[in-house]
Amino acid sequence: MLMPFMRNLITMVFVLGLAGSAWAVAVDKPMDDPVLEARARVIHKQLRCLVCQNQSIEDSNASLARDLRILVRDRIEAGDSDDETIRYIVDRYGDWVLLKPPVKSGTIFLWLGPVLFLALAVIFIFLWYRRRQTPVAAVNAPLSHDEQARLKSILDNGDRG
Amino acid sequence: MSIEANDPNSEETPRRIWLRMVPLAVALLIGGFLFVGLNLRPKEIPSVLIGKDVPTFDLPALPGRPKGLKSADLKGQVSLVNVFASWCVSCRAEHPLFMKLKAQNIVPVHGLNYKDEGPAAIGWLQRYGDPYDRVGADLNGRVGIDWGVYGVPETFLISAEGRIVCKHIGPVMERDLQEKLLPAITALQKGGTAKC
Repeated sequence: MLMPFMRNLITMVFVLGLAGSAWAVAVDKPMDDPVLEARARVIHKQLRCLVCQNQSIEDSNASLARDLRILVRDRIEAGDSDDETIRYIVDRYGDWVLLKPPVKSGTIFLWLGPVLFLALAVIFIFLWYRRRQTPVAAVNAPLSHDEQARLKSILDNGDRG
Repeated sequence: MSIEANDPNSEETPRRIWLRMVPLAVALLIGGFLFVGLNLRPKEIPSVLIGKDVPTFDLPALPGRPKGLKSADLKGQVSLVNVFASWCVSCRAEHPLFMKLKAQNIVPVHGLNYKDEGPAAIGWLQRYGDPYDRVGADLNGRVGIDWGVYGVPETFLISAEGRIVCKHIGPVMERDLQEKLLPAITALQKGGTAKC
């Protein structure tokens, strides 16, 4: 009873799994040299697709992403280093295409932002704790003259005023 | 709690009021960011080629049409370079405007026919009119990449020195022409500088 169901399930998972990898770069012709192709793939993952914006050109099905993948392969084939290949694309589309933006004056807030907010949070928590401690200290402080007098009158007279 | 409530002179009170403003301040800050975000256009990626010489390229003409387009053609006078394709729907929206520019003879418009098929492009120009002086056929889109093109249509304003002055992303509408491109074109033609 269960076995045909399991078999069908396994087949389905396999088929869907294969379909997933087919999405990736089904239309691309990989480079002949697997070492160069591996380099190209690493670069593809670092470049942002201009059409879909939140995907790398490796993940995108856009035709421009495909053109850029081929361009990267061509640059590597022509003997460019990884940095030269990336620079070639950046010269045309700007830092915008880098999924990891470079550290420079325009992006410094982007990079330091998290550290800045963490520091602010630490300062805030520190101040908050210090403030919470103040009333405790005040409670422990000796009673003032007025308070002592009032305490005495309560103890002596049972006065609730 | 009761001690504070009984004691109006407590130092806590002004601080409490100030603390109560914090959520409001945070809400205003977030609101401010969101408001600015409304007017941002994240789909428009700023070109890094502004102020630089046009890329070096040499494209053949469309089949049956005389002039191709190359870098040297863009020197000597102010011009527009319009990236278009017959498969591009929004190119049709801006097309009448370029026809008008041609009729008024204000500025030469050159075409960069991006990833199109020659006969299809020619058919498109016959059907909707041909506003272009020169048209280069960029069959594989490589020259488009050199220009930083990432969608069609895009339009570049080129100075007489062959430098890219500005880039318009998406179809050029009447308002873009009147408020952005034409003032810049006029300034450049008078020998001045322009930004847009």
